[in-house]
Amino acid sequence: MVPEAEFESYYGRQIVKTPTWKSPDVPLYLFFGGMAGASALLAEGAALSGDLQLERVARTVAASGAGVGTVFLIHDLGRPERFLHMLRVLKVTSPLSVGSYVLAPFSALASAAAAAQLTGRLPRIGRLAGVGAAVFGPLLTTYTAALFSNTAVPAWHEAYRELPFVFAGSGAAAAGGAAMLLTAPAQSAPARRMALAGAALELSAAELLKRRLGMLAEPYERGRPGRLMRTASRLTALAAVASLFAGRSRAVSMMCGATYLTASTLTRFGVFEAGLASARDPKYTVVPQRERIARRQAAGRAADEGKGSSATHTATAPGS
Amino acid sequence: MTNSLWGRLDDVSGDAGYEEHPPRMGFFTDTSVCIGCKACEVACKEWNELPEDGYQLTGMSYDNTQQLGASTWRHVAFVEKPLHPTTTDLGLPGMGPPGWDTHESGLPQAAPSGEDQATESGEGGIRWLMSSDVCKHCTHAACLDVCPTGSLFRTEFGTVVVQPDICNGCGYCVPACPYGVIDLRKEDGRAFKCTLCYDRLKDGQTPACAQACPTQSIQYGEVSELRQRADLRLAELLDKGVDVARLYGRDPDDGVGGDGAFFLLLDEPEVYGLPPDPVVTTRDLVTIWKHVGAAAVTLAGLGVASFFGRRS
Repeated sequence: MVPEAEFESYYGRQIVKTPTWKSPDVPLYLFFGGMAGASALLAEGAALSGDLQLERVARTVAASGAGVGTVFLIHDLGRPERFLHMLRVLKVTSPLSVGSYVLAPFSALASAAAAAQLTGRLPRIGRLAGVGAAVFGPLLTTYTAALFSNTAVPAWHEAYRELPFVFAGSGAAAAGGAAMLLTAPAQSAPARRMALAGAALELSAAELLKRRLGMLAEPYERGRPGRLMRTASRLTALAAVASLFAGRSRAVSMMCGATYLTASTLTRFGVFEAGLASARDPKYTVVPQRERIARRQAAGRAADEGKGSSATHTATAPGS
Repeated sequence: MTNSLWGRLDDVSGDAGYEEHPPRMGFFTDTSVCIGCKACEVACKEWNELPEDGYQLTGMSYDNTQQLGASTWRHVAFVEKPLHPTTTDLGLPGMGPPGWDTHESGLPQAAPSGEDQATESGEGGIRWLMSSDVCKHCTHAACLDVCPTGSLFRTEFGTVVVQPDICNGCGYCVPACPYGVIDLRKEDGRAFKCTLCYDRLKDGQTPACAQACPTQSIQYGEVSELRQRADLRLAELLDKGVDVARLYGRDPDDGVGGDGAFFLLLDEPEVYGLPPDPVVTTRDLVTIWKHVGAAAVTLAGLGVASFFGRRS
C-alpha cells in the first residue's frame, strides 16, 4: 500500500470540480451504449454465419440499447431541449462531440437494421444498415473512455491507457450476456465466446489500470466505488466460469447472461464513482502534481549541475 | 495542430482564427497588496447581474464565498497560517491540521516575510494571506476544447467566454477545468464563468473587478505588459527579502501554456486552493484517441473471432 502522503490544501477543499454528470444517467448511458455497440458486431457476425435467431436478438439489443442510452444522455443535459446543439459543430478535441457523431448514425443505422429484420421489409437496405452499425459500434463502445479521460479528474485522466480496454471488454461481455439471456444455447455459442473474451479483456485491463495508477488507483479500490469494482469483477469472473457450462442448459445460459449484464453495469458505476471520489479529495490533485514538480526539479538539477541556478520561486518559474 | 493542444502559443487569438485582433488582455492579481475587501466580488456580481448563491457562514476565516462557481466569478481566499515556531521543535504534536507547519513546505525558512501581510504577536503569530481568484483564461483552455456545442469560444481579446444561448448544459467543461473554475448553475442548467467582462472590453473599459479594486491588487491590461509588470514586482519583493513571493500562471511554457489571468502568491499555490502544476487535459488527447482506436479495433477483432471455432 502507498503510504498516506502529506500535502497542503485550502481548508481541505477540493481543487477540481466534481463532475456534474448525473447518476444513474451517465453510468447507464455508458452501459447501454457499450452493450449496443458490441451487439451490432454480434449481429453482423450472426448474419454472415446464418444464425438467424442470434442475429435477430443482437439487432434488437443494438437498436434498443442505443435508443435507451440516448434517452439517458439527453436527460442528463441541463437543457435537454437543446440536445441538437451537439450537432452544430464537430470538434475532435471534444470526445462528447465526436461521440455525438458516432451515436447519431449508430442509432439510425441500428434501428433501421432491426426494423428491416423484424418487419421483413427492405432486407438489403436493412443489411447494409447493419454493416454500418457494426462499423460505428466498436467506437460507440470505447469512445466513452475518452469522454472520461479527457478531463482534469485525476482517476479518470490518468487511466486513459487502460480505460478504453476496460470499456471494450465490459461492452463485449454485456452484448454477449444479453444474447445469452435471450437466445437458445444452441444458437448462442458466438455470444458465449464474445462474452468470455470480453470478460478476460475487462478483468486484465482493470487489473493493469490499478497497478499502473499507484496512488490514483485508491479511488477504484476504496469505499463505494471500490466495492462496486470488486463486485463487478467477481461477478464477471463467476459468469465467465459458469459460461463454460452454459452450452447445454438454457437456465444456466440465462443466469450467466444476467450476471454478465449486472457486472457490466456495476463496472460503469464503479468507474464513474471512482472519478467523482478522486475529484472530491484535494489529495489526488495536489500530490501527483507535487511529485511531477519534484521529478522535473530533480531532472533540472541533474541537467545543469553547477550552473548556480536559483530555484526559489519554483512551482511555475520559467525553466531558465 | 499539436501546438494548439498544449505548449507555448504566442498568438492565442490568431490561433483561434482571428486575422486581425487586439492584443491579448488579462489580469495580473498581486496578492501581496490584497486587503480582502471583496470589492471585486461585489462589483462582479453587480455588473454581471449574477444571482446569489447561498448565504453560509463557513468558519473559514473571512471566506464565506468558498469557491469560484457558476454565480461567483471572483472569489477572495483568506488563509490563516501560523508562523513557524521559533522554539526548538521537540517533535510533539502541534496545533492545526497536519501539513500546516511551514517546515514541511520545502520553502526556505525565511524570517517573518512579507511584513505587510504578517501579523506577528509573539510566538503565536499568524500570516494572513488574501487572494482574489478568478478564471485563468488559459492559453490552452480545456473547457473550450471539450465543449461539444461551440458555446465556449475564444474572443478577439484572447479570453474564453460562454455563449448562454448555445450552451445545452452538457457539463463537460466542469470536470475539464484543471482549476475547478466553471460550473453549472443548477436552477438554470447551463454553465457560467468569468467573461473578463467581455461587454466592457468591447467598449474599451476595464473589467468591473479591476475597476473596483482599491489597492490595485487586480491589474488589468495587455498580457505582455502585465507579465513585465509582474516580473518587476517579483524582483522588488525578492529584493526586499520577501522570498516566499512567486508568480503563478505567468510562465507561457507551463502546463496550460500560461494563464491570461495570473497571480503573485506568497505561499504554495495549493495553500490558496490552486493546483500546483496544472496541465491541460488535451496534452494527452492524441494518445487518448490512439488508445480508444486500439481498443475499438481489439473489440472488432474479438467480435470476428467469436464466430470462429467449433459449434457447440
